Amino acid sequence: MGLVLLFVGLNQSWALVLGIINLSLISAIMALGVNIQWGYAGLFNVGIMGFAALGGVSVVLISQQPVTEAIDVGGLKMLFALALGAITIVTGVVLNKKGFNKWLIATIVVIGYLFTRHYFSEAADVIEKVDPAITGYLGGFGLPVAFSWIVGGLAAAGAAWWIGKITLSLRTDYLAIATLGISEIIIYVVKNEDWFVRGVKNVAGLPRPVPYEVDMQKSEWLQNIVAWIYSSDLELLAQSEQVAQLSAYVRGASVIFVKLCYSGLFVLILVALIMLSNLALNSPWGRKVRAIRDNEVAASAMGKNITRQHLQIFVIGSAIVGVAGALLVTYDGIFIPTAYVPLRFTFLIWVMVILGGSGNNLGSVLGAFIIWFMWIQSGPMGVWAVDMISSFAQEGNASLEFIEDRVHYLRLVFMGTILLLIMRFSPGGILPEKNKEL
Amino acid sequence: MSDSIDIINAFALLTNFVLLPALSYGSQLALGALAVTLVYSILRFSNFAQGDSMAFGTMIVILLTGFMIGNGWTVTGIPTALLVIPIAIIGTSIYMLTIDRLVYRHYRRIKAKQNIVGITASIGVMFITGGIVRFILGATPQRFEDGERFIFSVREFKAFTGLEQGIALKTSQFLTITIAFLLVAFLFYFLQKTKTGKAMRAYSDNQELALLSGIDPDKVVQITWLLVAALTTIAGALYGLDKGFAPQQYHLLLLPIFASVIVGGIGSPLGAIAGAFLVSFSEVLLTYAYKKFLIYLLPLSMHPKSLVQLIGTEYKYAISFVILVTVLLIRPTGLFKGKVIVGE
Amino acid sequence: MAYLEGANLVAAYGVVPILHECSVEVEKGELAVIVGPNGAGKSTVMRVLLGMLEATSGSVTLEGKDISMLSTQDRISKGLAFVPQTKNVFPSMTVEENLQMGGFIRKDDISKTIEEVYSLFPILHEKRKQLAEELSGGQRQQVAFGRAMMTKPSVMLLDEPTAGVSPIVMDEIFSNILDVRNAGMAVLMVEQNAQQALNIADKGYVLVSGRNEHTGTGRELINDPEVRKKFLGG
Repeated sequence: MGLVLLFVGLNQSWALVLGIINLSLISAIMALGVNIQWGYAGLFNVGIMGFAALGGVSVVLISQQPVTEAIDVGGLKMLFALALGAITIVTGVVLNKKGFNKWLIATIVVIGYLFTRHYFSEAADVIEKVDPAITGYLGGFGLPVAFSWIVGGLAAAGAAWWIGKITLSLRTDYLAIATLGISEIIIYVVKNEDWFVRGVKNVAGLPRPVPYEVDMQKSEWLQNIVAWIYSSDLELLAQSEQVAQLSAYVRGASVIFVKLCYSGLFVLILVALIMLSNLALNSPWGRKVRAIRDNEVAASAMGKNITRQHLQIFVIGSAIVGVAGALLVTYDGIFIPTAYVPLRFTFLIWVMVILGGSGNNLGSVLGAFIIWFMWIQSGPMGVWAVDMISSFAQEGNASLEFIEDRVHYLRLVFMGTILLLIMRFSPGGILPEKNKEL
Repeated sequence: MSDSIDIINAFALLTNFVLLPALSYGSQLALGALAVTLVYSILRFSNFAQGDSMAFGTMIVILLTGFMIGNGWTVTGIPTALLVIPIAIIGTSIYMLTIDRLVYRHYRRIKAKQNIVGITASIGVMFITGGIVRFILGATPQRFEDGERFIFSVREFKAFTGLEQGIALKTSQFLTITIAFLLVAFLFYFLQKTKTGKAMRAYSDNQELALLSGIDPDKVVQITWLLVAALTTIAGALYGLDKGFAPQQYHLLLLPIFASVIVGGIGSPLGAIAGAFLVSFSEVLLTYAYKKFLIYLLPLSMHPKSLVQLIGTEYKYAISFVILVTVLLIRPTGLFKGKVIVGE
Repeated sequence: MAYLEGANLVAAYGVVPILHECSVEVEKGELAVIVGPNGAGKSTVMRVLLGMLEATSGSVTLEGKDISMLSTQDRISKGLAFVPQTKNVFPSMTVEENLQMGGFIRKDDISKTIEEVYSLFPILHEKRKQLAEELSGGQRQQVAFGRAMMTKPSVMLLDEPTAGVSPIVMDEIFSNILDVRNAGMAVLMVEQNAQQALNIADKGYVLVSGRNEHTGTGRELINDPEVRKKFLGG
């Protein structure tokens, strides 16, 4: 793997390599979360995308400055509408518990809903009218972005708890279907509720946990280091060219430096999570988890406890996915709801986990690196292959243009095939979990 | 518009914008849900590739339709798509049998935990199928309807009845409801009365005993895929005729289809149909804007100003989901007592 | 040579050996019972005879012909029939459909065989339109027998037909089994209720750890003090 990355670095660019590494690291964290769910408990999460998006939303809500004007005109109204909605739900649940007539409850809930919807759309309207080209939403809390990672984890955990509570005591495929549903709905909400996180207008310019390139280029020590590294190259040039060349080198170096900062951060978080999860697995709790996973008889004898334990595992795994989702948006510096597609977020992560060896944390990390690399490179490779063919065919061949246009869809086929091949011929993955027979 | 209360026109309106659309959408969902039910009963897994398989079947229909129209082989009044459906079914069958041979059969042989493995494998198949469809047809929405668009149009209806509010019966709606009805009738006859159909039910009931009775599992599975291919292709083609074709939309049909299956009780064909109409009517009723309807019914002073729409259309998939969650909370076995509640 | 004979059967589940040179045989019109403690390999004998589990050595012969290499389905068309211990009917199908499925592999007219089953178990005729899952335990057992008889078998293999039923139903089932035997079939049955089973058996096998420990007529075994002490509770 290292060699392959080295090859790309020499042939394409180092910034690209670091980009691949950083996204691999984020994917690895996400895969870790899914691996905990799938590998430890056989829980089938088909809604990874939704949990990652919750992390992304948290970044916006935590780190953006509040839009005071929007809050002034619509903040209270929105709060009132949401409170009304909450009251309606709580009333419904409480009345239901007390055994009131179902029709009465339904009527109350519907009336409550209608009022909520009325105030809600009013509030959303006024908020979205506030300078829509730049804001048009409530903004966030203006807190340091690092908070959002925790909040993202918590948000994902909350959603997971709710879904898990409903489905985990039922059939395994109900969980799969429910997670698929909730993740699509989360994306719909994010795309459509402009007052919330600006919908498809995106939120750009998210604050960073690491320095900006522009600032780095001004810093003395980076200039000195770059000058020292490239001193032999620079000496060959004329005095006037040296300055221009140096600043070009510094620009490149600043990009790499910033990416390295991210890499360090992500590695730190990944290692911490792996250590934590290994620690947990070797605790009494973890031994119980493994016993249930590896021994179905023991598992069925434990009945209700399994459901509770599966809920814990599902919440923990989803929280990690949420953290990874927040890290991803932090790294991108922009929140783009339309970027959330199941292929990229749910399916690729699945392939990573299964390729790496379900149940094995290091396997997931390895799987993340391999699959992300293949994913990134399969785009250019496809185009390159088409170019190769077209150089033999005559110019302007209609069918070739057609293929060039659509070749990226073949990545779906490619990844699907990889998944099926691993399942069929190497079900344990690259690093099979050793402790199956406890 | 009159200011008096006008019940007939109000219900004509509702028929045109709620009843007919919900009936045809429900029929399309029902066919898809039956396909999922069949796969579940015989192969014992929830087929996540159903939506994309429908896109695959529709893709063949679209390609053949283009070919037929290009050659001028059309019949006046009938959508060309209808003529090519039988060939498309054959194409989809070949695709599904190939997938079964390459993917699913192995797990039957090794007696894997079919549900879990089946879901994982079907997700792989889902992406492969989706990729193939998008590669061949692209991801942009398209329509492939030709021929007469209406059985009777709003204008004809108004002229005939003298009502202010017209009802139009689209050809696609008429075809959907008729074909779905015939297909379902055939399917039930097949399962209840024929020897092969009974063998399928026996296999679904008790695999080992079916083996001991000399029922050949490979043959049962093959026939299942043939039926699934027919249901899938027809459901996809009818949906496309009605609402246009877009791969992503077909992919997402998985949600209402699964909701239908679970609401009805997983593994129960009757339940799948009932569930499909429950989902389709909820979706249409909740996303319909009742403003005009209320204007017909209420005196002038009470006319609503807003759209009176319960849920925005952008959230129609959320409705399936809410129905799904509600059923899981209240009655996990579904309306028609589905098979297994606790996972295998 | 007996009608159905399993000779010196050796079999294992994976690496766990179950049967060690175990032999059983049964003649037409005879009821043979296999008894023994849990884990003795009683049900495994059945599975090997049926070809649902492959024997590592030993042979299965029917009418003197070796059928060891045949698949389960081929053995069934040769005249073997099997009633599993549990899940031995198609629950969501009617009684009549259950019988039809039993005769699935037959190419000829099966309606006469269905009538024969009805005349053997009249209650089934009465309930022929009912779903099997709606029947009582004893009736369901009759459906299971009836389904197995639809291939017009010459040998009937029964795996613990009375497991988990009340004593009254047990008597009912045993009388059904005697009816089947009296119809001229060879019946081989695995039983937990050793005492009652040996009472009606023509021949008995006591299996321990996959080996033949005692063999004899039902009466001989019941009167054998060692068998009484070890397996029949004094």
